[in-house]
Amino acid sequence: MSTSSFNNPVVKWIDERLPVFTMMQHSAVDYPTPKNLNYWWNFGSLAAFVLVIMLLTGIFLAMSYTPHVDHAFVSVERIMRDVNYGWLLRYLHMNGGSMFFIVVYIHMFRGMYYGSYKAPREILWIVGVFLILAMMATAFMGYVLPWGQMSFWGATVITNLFSAIPLVGQEIVTWLWGGFSVDNPTLNRFFSLHYLLPFVIVGLVVVHVWALHTVKSNNPTGVDIKGPEDTIPFHPYYTIKDFYGIGLFLIFYLAFVFYAPDFFGEPDNYIEANPMVTPAHIVPEWYFLPFYAILRAFTFDVLFIPAKLAGVIAMFASIILLAVLPWLDRSKARSARFRPMYKWFFWIFVLDCLVLGYIGAQAAEEPYVTIGQVATFYYFAHLLIIVPLVSKLENPRPLPESISAAVTKSDSE
Amino acid sequence: MAETATEIQGAPGTGESRRDFLLLTTTAVGAAGAALSLWPFVHSMNPAADVLALSSTEVDISPIEEGQSITVVWRGKPVFVRHRTAAEIETAGTDDAANLPDPQKDGERAEKPEWLVVLGICTHLGCIPLGQKSSEPRGEFGGWFCPCHGSHYDTSGRIRKGPAPRNLEVPPYAFTDDTTIKIG
Repeated sequence: MSTSSFNNPVVKWIDERLPVFTMMQHSAVDYPTPKNLNYWWNFGSLAAFVLVIMLLTGIFLAMSYTPHVDHAFVSVERIMRDVNYGWLLRYLHMNGGSMFFIVVYIHMFRGMYYGSYKAPREILWIVGVFLILAMMATAFMGYVLPWGQMSFWGATVITNLFSAIPLVGQEIVTWLWGGFSVDNPTLNRFFSLHYLLPFVIVGLVVVHVWALHTVKSNNPTGVDIKGPEDTIPFHPYYTIKDFYGIGLFLIFYLAFVFYAPDFFGEPDNYIEANPMVTPAHIVPEWYFLPFYAILRAFTFDVLFIPAKLAGVIAMFASIILLAVLPWLDRSKARSARFRPMYKWFFWIFVLDCLVLGYIGAQAAEEPYVTIGQVATFYYFAHLLIIVPLVSKLENPRPLPESISAAVTKSDSE
Repeated sequence: MAETATEIQGAPGTGESRRDFLLLTTTAVGAAGAALSLWPFVHSMNPAADVLALSSTEVDISPIEEGQSITVVWRGKPVFVRHRTAAEIETAGTDDAANLPDPQKDGERAEKPEWLVVLGICTHLGCIPLGQKSSEPRGEFGGWFCPCHGSHYDTSGRIRKGPAPRNLEVPPYAFTDDTTIKIG
């Protein structure tokens, strides 16, 4: 590190005192990357790109937003009508939230298909689970800020989840609210936390990338990097590929921003919050729907646990359980390419998540309740029963000797 | 360096020395102090004095006809005041014997049988149940129906069907005279 390899005297001078350029060279240029990554590996850098857009638009939106129950709704309308390019900032931010979840959900499913959570990437994966939790908290609080009907009632329903905690539940909810209902103190603190949490996410991303660069990227074969013949430098090969992905992604994202900006939104959120009237049909944002379906699936008590608490526990467990996936899956093969049974169960699991998402948007009536209960059961059965069992019963197909061998042999995969 | 110092002062290898004792106690006191200093931050998020001060509401109930309900605001929450009909009172009474998820007698819930005063907040996840207007659905038991997750409440505001665990809460209230109630 002390012998700087930079020619520019200024860069050299700085690097000898604070090796930022060495670090960048090491982690963004020379970083040895498996040479067979497919396009599913674009979604990590895409997520980082969306995070930057969200931070940038969010900081500028905050300059025109007023976190007060009497002014919040109007200040958002002012952003839309009077603030120069306010509409653009807000639509980028609103749709950026949805894009963030699309990109990250694909990123997570990619990890599950190719076994990217397995040793030695457990901590990398667990940091990822923390990241999705932090994203969810941020998104939830951000949705409250425009102070529309869905903002208010979404906040009421979700904060009330904590009242299910035995003994101290109601005290915790009062504490979260800073009052006896969702009101001005609640809006104020949500704004504060909505501004804070993205920087926590940035910190977690740094740890996530640090862990990644320690254990190196997984790849579609799931086989370890054996030597330099298996890798190519990150720059220019993957920088250019990531930029290409960003280009495609921007077409998708901006199509919503400019042509269907309210596609992911709820019309009810353009009605100012009214604590005296609940909308006929409260639905969370689309990215929470599968978890909302799990919450509502518990219409019955489980042993001594009342239905409401059981639903809340199941909802949080559905995400936290992912953190132990590295230990539930004992298969020696990482990639589903070489796992004939797991491959199918993976896709059934994806389908199950989509079914849960659909059910989450429906009213609490038959046949949706029963379908939701079956889908919820399957969600947990997949993680707790099917994954451990398949990894025991299945005979993985022979793994290639190395990434290089797999790539040069044939392109049949 | 630190190891050398410890060895000179205390019995080597046992880890017992005045320095260890000081280190442990200082750490413990420091940690306890740091933990306690969190409390002002945590407590600052609890309801502030001005929020607590908005505690009671007076309601004139004389204009409410039999069979009608009104909604009043108390502590930022809706309170349902229903002037019950004779039929509603009778159903509420006979349902005392029904299979109730949260058993409570109607007599315990209404100070005067004609007047039912309950918090208009579903005990499931805090939505406002429908049924205040005669045009709204009142559920299978003629009281209120929560549209969010399908909880049915009876004419005494008791949970009868659906995910809500408890009856609609009865707020503290008193009749200051025949036509006025004070909530809170």
